[in-house]
Amino acid sequence: MALKMVKGNLERMFDKNLTDLVRGIRNNKDNEAKYIAQCIEEIKQELRQDNVNVKSNAVAKLTYLQMCGYDISWAGFNIIEVMSSNRFTCKRIGYLAASQCFHPDSELLMLTTNMIRKDLSSTNQYDAGVALSGLSCFISTDLSRDLANDIMTLMSSTKPYLRMKAVLMMYKVFLRYPEALRPAFPKLKEKLEDPDPSVQSAAVNVICELARKNPKNYLSLAPIFFKLMTTSTNNWMLIKIIKLFASLTAIEPALGKKLTHPLIELISSTSAMSLLYECINTVIAVLISISSGMPNHSASIQLCVQKLRILIEDSDQNLKYLGLLAMSKILKTHPKSVQTHKDLILACLDDKDESIRLRALDLLYGMVSKKNLMEIVRRLLGHMERAEGSSYRDELLYKVIEICSQGSYQYVTNFEWYLTVLVELILLESGSRHGRLIAAQLLDVAIRVQAVRTFAVNEMATLLDTYPVTAAPNGTMQEVLYAAAWIVGEFATHLEGPERTLSVLLQPKPVAGHIQAVYVQNALKLFAHLVDEAVRNRDAAAIDRYCQKLHEGLRSYLSSADIEVQERASSVFFLVALLRESLGAAEQTVSLSGLLEITSDTRTGAPVEVGDEHISNSMTNDTSGYTCAAWDEIEQIATDLQGLFVSELNPVAPKAQRKVQLPDDLDLDEWINQPPPSADASSTDGGSSDEDSKFPLFLTDSAGRSGAGGERETNDGGGGSRSYKRIEYTQEELDKMRQTRLLEQTNNPNYLKPAKKKAPSADCQQQHDGYDDIPIAEIALEVPLQIHSTKRSDKYLMDADRSTRVFVGKGGGSSRKSKGEKYPKPLHVVNTVIELPEGAILSDTEDKNNADPNDPHRALDIDLDAPFDDDYPADMKRKSANAIQHHSMMLLRDGEVGTNAKAITRTDPIGPSKEQYLLRHGSRSSSKHANPTIDTSIVLQNHTQEKQKKKKKSSDKEQSSSAAIKKTPNANEDTMMLMIDEEPCKTEQTKGAKGRTKKEDKDGAVANEELEETKGKKKKHSKKSSKHHHHSKRNEDRQKAGYEEMPAQAAVGNEAGRKDAI
Amino acid sequence: MIKAILVFNNHGKPRLSKFYQYFNEDMQQQIIKETFQLVSKRDDNVCNFLEGGSLIGGSDYKLIYRHYATLYFVFCVDSSESELGILDLIQVFVETLDKCFENVCELDLIFHADAVHHILSELVMGGMVLQTNMSDILARIEEQNKLQKQEAGISAAPARAVSAVKSMNLPQQIKDIKLPDLPQAIKDLKF
Repeated sequence: MALKMVKGNLERMFDKNLTDLVRGIRNNKDNEAKYIAQCIEEIKQELRQDNVNVKSNAVAKLTYLQMCGYDISWAGFNIIEVMSSNRFTCKRIGYLAASQCFHPDSELLMLTTNMIRKDLSSTNQYDAGVALSGLSCFISTDLSRDLANDIMTLMSSTKPYLRMKAVLMMYKVFLRYPEALRPAFPKLKEKLEDPDPSVQSAAVNVICELARKNPKNYLSLAPIFFKLMTTSTNNWMLIKIIKLFASLTAIEPALGKKLTHPLIELISSTSAMSLLYECINTVIAVLISISSGMPNHSASIQLCVQKLRILIEDSDQNLKYLGLLAMSKILKTHPKSVQTHKDLILACLDDKDESIRLRALDLLYGMVSKKNLMEIVRRLLGHMERAEGSSYRDELLYKVIEICSQGSYQYVTNFEWYLTVLVELILLESGSRHGRLIAAQLLDVAIRVQAVRTFAVNEMATLLDTYPVTAAPNGTMQEVLYAAAWIVGEFATHLEGPERTLSVLLQPKPVAGHIQAVYVQNALKLFAHLVDEAVRNRDAAAIDRYCQKLHEGLRSYLSSADIEVQERASSVFFLVALLRESLGAAEQTVSLSGLLEITSDTRTGAPVEVGDEHISNSMTNDTSGYTCAAWDEIEQIATDLQGLFVSELNPVAPKAQRKVQLPDDLDLDEWINQPPPSADASSTDGGSSDEDSKFPLFLTDSAGRSGAGGERETNDGGGGSRSYKRIEYTQEELDKMRQTRLLEQTNNPNYLKPAKKKAPSADCQQQHDGYDDIPIAEIALEVPLQIHSTKRSDKYLMDADRSTRVFVGKGGGSSRKSKGEKYPKPLHVVNTVIELPEGAILSDTEDKNNADPNDPHRALDIDLDAPFDDDYPADMKRKSANAIQHHSMMLLRDGEVGTNAKAITRTDPIGPSKEQYLLRHGSRSSSKHANPTIDTSIVLQNHTQEKQKKKKKSSDKEQSSSAAIKKTPNANEDTMMLMIDEEPCKTEQTKGAKGRTKKEDKDGAVANEELEETKGKKKKHSKKSSKHHHHSKRNEDRQKAGYEEMPAQAAVGNEAGRKDAI
Repeated sequence: MIKAILVFNNHGKPRLSKFYQYFNEDMQQQIIKETFQLVSKRDDNVCNFLEGGSLIGGSDYKLIYRHYATLYFVFCVDSSESELGILDLIQVFVETLDKCFENVCELDLIFHADAVHHILSELVMGGMVLQTNMSDILARIEEQNKLQKQEAGISAAPARAVSAVKSMNLPQQIKDIKLPDLPQAIKDLKF
């Protein structure tokens, strides 16, 4: 036997081993692919041999090739063969190859179940260890289910090495097979106190991963973790525990108080920077979570911020980065304390390290105020000019928009400035992928800030004219043209040179289809506006000119490849033709009466089109007696045209559609039309082969559709597809039909015909001539179009500076100086009124924590403290469902598997209100606001009655929005669900509160609700009143200050307004 | 969780790739390429954290890397990992390699990619940190190598002889690329 093995080895010793392969690849750098192809052939040969050593050598080589990017899944079966070898060496090679190339969806995995089970129970701990390591990379749902018990057994192995690996492995099992979590949890908990520190660490690791997504289920473990934290010296584990506490305190603030002391102790004692940093991080989390209940927290926050400042000032870039990262966490809740370090953060913007700059950018969001916004944006724009790397520039662009638009532009005082910034961004970043965002901003500002509309419209007109369309193909910057075209069309009344803009819109440009469609539509809007004006002036020549211009301009759109563009263009085309028709009549008569001069060349120069033929027809037919009637008709058409676009468009809330009430009589499941009888459909199906040969265009697989196609062909027959099927045409008949059809088309004005009567050159010429007629309107811009070294937007900043200086200088003795700081007055007011269906209320928080539906952690949201009797989680679920029915109802609706419907500690007076909240938001938000199921012995003892009351207040505030939603029944799905569940919820509530009498509790709940409602109302009112206040204050300021003291921007605004009036 | 561990040299040649989430081979190569491009253009004196990396990333993920002589060690991790902790882990990994290969250099990683994998599997399992204590790690690796040697026994002798002969052709075992001496300070810092 041994001899045979030696012989086998002798045979294969001239095979290539891994080292040879690597060497070979390195020696064949020039034709690597060829060499590897050759090697793969050899490997295939080797894999065909019986000797497992040869095979494992081949698999080892394949593993290397896999790293080089070669697909080796074809050898999957051989890999399994090698895995099943008895020798550790081969097993190791096999499992390594498997872990590199298998994945949970590999079909081969079903072959491995028994083999892996055998390996797991091997007496050699390294066999099992290798198997576990490999398995952790490719475990599938089936494997998890089948092997869960084996791995659980390993968790209590005598060997710490296996215990450690098995514990980690369980996490992978949970992810694929959530049902395993409940039965395994007690054991996992046990492992937290394992004598071996590595096993402990592994268990902590697993629970941290689990608790990260569903922290509330692990609150009960807090005491154990607390003990570990104070006793352990394993830094790695400590970091994990401290991170875990950070997520636990977020849902249970009481824990934080307990934690602060040991954490601060750790901070002072540890020398490991990593641990120190995590401690600071968690202290921050604690301080944030308990900030509502503790009045003196600001000092601690200050302490943290100070410490972070030290980190940021450190020369180690890593610490600087992390300091900024932690700072951004504080920023969310305590922006004031971060703002004091503005100098530091602004300095970081100039750091050479991109990661640090990005972090500083994040912080900038909280740094801005009305006063410094312009300055900060100017700096960012400067950065953008200098920065390299498109992704960083994109990020900068995004940040500029983000900080400007935050809180409904609360920091933007001058929207002309903001629009200028946006236009600058557009010109600066033609390859950006944020074109859509800028477009949305342009639209938003133009719609919501009425005062700046005139400026916006003219700015957009210029942009349309000057934007170089040959931008980078992968960028989305073209989207801004979409917005620009829309703004120009919609607010055409504000345009200074509408006719010029009309011709700009009609210039053929290589922009995307959907943008062209907007061009066409808005050309019509502009046209409607122009015609309306011309009609008012009784200027028929102008109307004619506009018509002509539109007709010519539309030509290129009529032949657009985009169906939408084509359709819109032809609709507009014929609408204009209609107008010209009546215009022709009017012109004649009007010229007779001498009011207008119509030169003959306008007539002859007019394109010879269908419409014109009609015009000439009608002209000859019409007599001068119809003059007034024709004018009336034109006026009618003009007003009709204008009427198409007349009503004001208001901004619509993002979720308005969802909040539209479903009408009672609308049943979406009902058929709108009776479905076609099935017999009919099947018969058409039978005849499909017949149709196939004749009308392949209309043939589809589905019987219903082929029936429809048939109907279309025989639309005068009306007999349906059955009769159609029998008709057979001869060639002659077909020809005849085609000719009649052509004839019909030529007489029908609705068909587009090739313009045969005119040579293309003439067309060009004419187009050119047309342009000469256009009076080129001077667009009076105070700023040059070219970008100088000082950007256009800087002007506003300088103006602002100047005005501040003037203000400070002049108002030396005024009362306002006592305020110390003067905030620039907002020049424009953002329209915050958003259209919503009646009764609905905007709630931004609605799906804030809309989790990824594919996240396996969703299924792991299982309450682990609930009584647990047997191995069947399904039974378990039913039990708790009986106890608290409404909870599980909701859970089931949301498609959740878990049962987090744990009975709440009723002695806690927060209980009812929190629970209410839970109920309202359903399980969607349950991970955030969870039941305080923490071990009362450690945490809840600290609760004082007073603090709870305070907390209650704060939670009431949170609830006000949800309560408001509740007022409007059926406003959305959530509330609909709530309506159903409301009754059981109330009863549950009353049942729950043991400490009080039922009546009291009910009253309390009602009062509570009322309070919430009024609060919600108050909020709304206060918003409105503050706006009013704003207005009135502005006016007052103006009166007081007089026009000399007005900030220069205001003057600019006024000027713009006046110009418009002129 | 660690999503991927990549080791590549200054030219972007992969020396080790371990993905704890499945990507097909083409995607893997693309990720390596993209990561290399992101990492290689950074100076040595900037911070070791990097966001972005559209292929592997997502907002929750971060690249944490260290650069040793000719090699980049890159870990892609999510927010549940401590940034400085991972940096220390990379250090532990490299020190372990150094112990196992006795003055590790790039060539060791090239010719013993499988051994590197085995070492890594003692540190990280399925994307989770298994062991950070270096002496424990070394003991485990030693035991497994012993096991492998026992199995090979006498039967492997001829093969070893042949490979020794083959290796002679090599223009010496140039350890051309030496890892820098690891700063003592960091050793003191270890867990």
